[in-house]
Amino acid sequence: MATSAATRPQDTDIPEAVVVRFAGDSGDGMQLTGGQFTLSTALAGNDLATFPDFPAEIRAPQGTLFGVSAFQINFGSREINTAGDAPDVLVAMNPAALKVNIAALKPGGLVIIDTGEFTKRNLDKAKYDVSPLDDGSLAKWDVLAFDISALTIEAVKPFGLGNKDALRSKNMWTLGLALWMFDRPRDPVHDWLRAKFKNKPDIANANIAALDAGHAYGETAELSGPIKQLHLPPVDSAPGLYRTITGAEAISLGLVAGAQLAELPMFFGGYPITPASAILHHLARLKEFGVTTFQAEDEIAAICAAIGASYAGQLGVTSSSGPGIALKTEAMGLAIMTELPLVIVNSQRGGPSTGLPTKTEQSDLYQAVYGRNGDAPMPVVSCSSPSDAFECAIEACRIAVEYMTPVMLLTDGYIANAAEPWAVPDPASYTPFPAKFLQEKNGGDTLLPYKRDAKGARPWIKPGTPDLMHRIGGIEKQVDTGHIDYAPDNHQAMTDARVSKVLGVTIPDQEVALGQPGGKLAVVGWGSTFGPIHQAVRRSRAKGLDVSHIHVRHIWPLPKNLGELLHSYDNVLVPEMNTGQFKTVLRDQYLVDAQPLTKTSGQPFAIAELETAIGRFFDGIEGNEGGEVSVNDTQLPSPELDA
Amino acid sequence: MNAPVKFETTLKDWETDQEVRWCPGCGDYAILKAVQRTLPQLGANPANTVFISGIGCSSRFPYYMESYGFHTIHGRAPALATGVKLANPELDIWLVTGDGDGLSIGGNHMMHVLRRNVNIQIMLFNNEIYGLTKGQASPTSREGTKSPSTPLGSYDRPANPCAFALGSGARFVGRGFDVSKNLPDVLKAAHAHQGAAFIEIFQNCIVYNKDVFEDFAAPKGAEDRQLWLVPGEPMLFAKGTKGIALDTQKLALTVVDVAGDNWQDAGVLVHDATNRSLAHLLVEMPFGPFPMALGVLYDDPRPTFETAVIEERARSSAGKDANLAKLLAKGQTWTVEEKAQQSDGHPA
Repeated sequence: MATSAATRPQDTDIPEAVVVRFAGDSGDGMQLTGGQFTLSTALAGNDLATFPDFPAEIRAPQGTLFGVSAFQINFGSREINTAGDAPDVLVAMNPAALKVNIAALKPGGLVIIDTGEFTKRNLDKAKYDVSPLDDGSLAKWDVLAFDISALTIEAVKPFGLGNKDALRSKNMWTLGLALWMFDRPRDPVHDWLRAKFKNKPDIANANIAALDAGHAYGETAELSGPIKQLHLPPVDSAPGLYRTITGAEAISLGLVAGAQLAELPMFFGGYPITPASAILHHLARLKEFGVTTFQAEDEIAAICAAIGASYAGQLGVTSSSGPGIALKTEAMGLAIMTELPLVIVNSQRGGPSTGLPTKTEQSDLYQAVYGRNGDAPMPVVSCSSPSDAFECAIEACRIAVEYMTPVMLLTDGYIANAAEPWAVPDPASYTPFPAKFLQEKNGGDTLLPYKRDAKGARPWIKPGTPDLMHRIGGIEKQVDTGHIDYAPDNHQAMTDARVSKVLGVTIPDQEVALGQPGGKLAVVGWGSTFGPIHQAVRRSRAKGLDVSHIHVRHIWPLPKNLGELLHSYDNVLVPEMNTGQFKTVLRDQYLVDAQPLTKTSGQPFAIAELETAIGRFFDGIEGNEGGEVSVNDTQLPSPELDA
Repeated sequence: MNAPVKFETTLKDWETDQEVRWCPGCGDYAILKAVQRTLPQLGANPANTVFISGIGCSSRFPYYMESYGFHTIHGRAPALATGVKLANPELDIWLVTGDGDGLSIGGNHMMHVLRRNVNIQIMLFNNEIYGLTKGQASPTSREGTKSPSTPLGSYDRPANPCAFALGSGARFVGRGFDVSKNLPDVLKAAHAHQGAAFIEIFQNCIVYNKDVFEDFAAPKGAEDRQLWLVPGEPMLFAKGTKGIALDTQKLALTVVDVAGDNWQDAGVLVHDATNRSLAHLLVEMPFGPFPMALGVLYDDPRPTFETAVIEERARSSAGKDANLAKLLAKGQTWTVEEKAQQSDGHPA
């Protein structure tokens, strides 16, 4: 399957990596189960990546197909970049979860089923005419079906809970079994349960009992045969201190770090929106770092308040997702015109309009680069993984402060919610970029609020500074003085100055993530497609294909050497979770024949999809007969490539 | 209010070198002068004063004030001002907006800046028309207003700015008009108020909505048509011959005649600016059967938003160590040693 050739049965008894998917009703606590399994896995020293996939409805009707919530984790003793294509193990807590997820399970994979939920009523809700446990439809998988519900009720009996409350511990029972299966420590979950239910020791103990019972069940079941315990040794990681982190956490921490490096208090204006709200929630608890969070009345107010705070000398930050970013657009123009620092975080989700609030997409690239009235240039930085999000947030803060400009930081729903191990960085290893405020007149006897420095940035002047009173606004500014000026030459000069300032932002040259400059094919990605692209290129190279992976962090301005680098390859393939937006930018900027590979299903790319697409460029090459690589799951070839 | 130290300035110190570009005869000139006259009396420090506006004729105001100024985007000045105030609560902020900017495109922000009680002064210039876009009906235009967008007369009912403000939770509601000599007193009362102070200023647009306020603003007969509200004073007008009383049967205000100085016998109310119920009656008091209520209609301070934000930040930070390295390593961590790996499995 997807994760690695080594997981194929013939290779070895102990795979390098395993993909497990926990699926249940949205009320079954699958995200919690997945989160705790992730933590235990990280503590066991495996590399990992996760993919939480949950419905947009808060409490979807119980047992329904659209109420299914899933959490997938890929972990192993080698480097992991994606949440994995097809699961090796599926835990299905009810018929609906089975129905929605079974097709993804790798042939020969293990499915663990709670038969206690396979009632007529639940089968009806999942639109099963006949129970799949009885009709042989699960024959190509290993099925481990037993009454988890009953076993849980039995396990928590000593705590005197009613059946309804007892069944709430079902997820912990399942987690216990999963922890046993992969030889994960239980202690961290025990600690977590005790802390979570500090004031309800009975509930904590009931959950611990359920967890332990699930674990014990594994030990017993092993004796009778159907399942085996699997121990994946730790990954060979660089020495250091690690923790797990999600993208939303990493961005929050990166913003705090960025504000510290700029030696500024941070003002965060936000408005609730999925999947961006997590950043507001994290920062609301970090006030001791000089953070002010402001939940505004709407998206527009959130950015305007952040602009106001930047004007007053703080680092203004706002955050949203596509529809909210659209509302902020006019205010971004104001920040561009008044040349104030501002960081705008866009956690992209499926669009247009409300679209797919809880699913991922990369379809706001045009919006980020081009989506404003007037010639309104703005730097755009994109995160490629949860840990990269920390670095990107700092980079966005740096550019905003050094160049007096709003900066858009692109992330997406996948990065925001996904977790991965993170080598905890040392804040002292980052170069500070302290903000400077003008303290006295900069034009002899006069103040010139729009006099630019060598970088093209105007001075930052805090209201409250004596003798530097001046007026700014959205109307075109006169060169240097900042007075209102509609003169043709002046608008030309100011437009040019704004454009050249942004194009002149200093960013590192583009590096090749895997492979080398020049050759047959470059796969060029940006954002959260890093993981699947990297693995697909790695596997293709292992087969001898001349393919390299380039992953672009700086979407605008683009790295100075990118054009030359792209032209050094015979072919350029640009996989994106949109209809080909970055491809258009690359074609426009470099007249390069960038080929799109697009996907807008709300799901990340599978490695296999990318391997197939790469294979098409190597038709007839040894080791790649027929121009395709062999994969064993559903492929979604791009129509553009077929054309 | 904000500046504890009185700053010595004159009207001239508040004028900028920019040419004022309102139409000749516009009411905005009078308001500009009234503000420039008031600030020296308040001892305001130009470096500590910020004028923030939206879009429209009135919103050009900051360019003419020798202070800090921010001409923002349409309707959003309250949101931007909230950010400025939270970032630096020491700044003395005046918001300048109009009936279109403040009540139409920016109505949402107006509501929230008032209910949050951000400590700023909000001057809403109400000319009952869109001036800068050449005369369309606005949310405060009277029914039947003929304009390029309503050639047969407008048919939507106008908003009442002071009632809107009060309904949004404003703790200060004042009213004046452009050429009134009393306008500086209203501005001073607003400035003295700790919290969001809303001032509706009727402003004559001589090009697109000329003299719509003449029926009460004209000097001739002003005594009969203006009720200047002074806290602690009886609500008298028409040279003391008439007053405002409460019809307790209808729970409504009523005009009563006053014989001589016997206003008390006539049941004339004494203005209590902290009485919210009375404020509701005053903002709804229709001009025509009643005089126009002007001055300080309501003034009853409550703790400000920025104070609450500062207190919450202090409470949230109490006893916490702002150590970034520790923050980054928070939660359950594990250490990978040179060569051999192991996990400790315990919170750092």
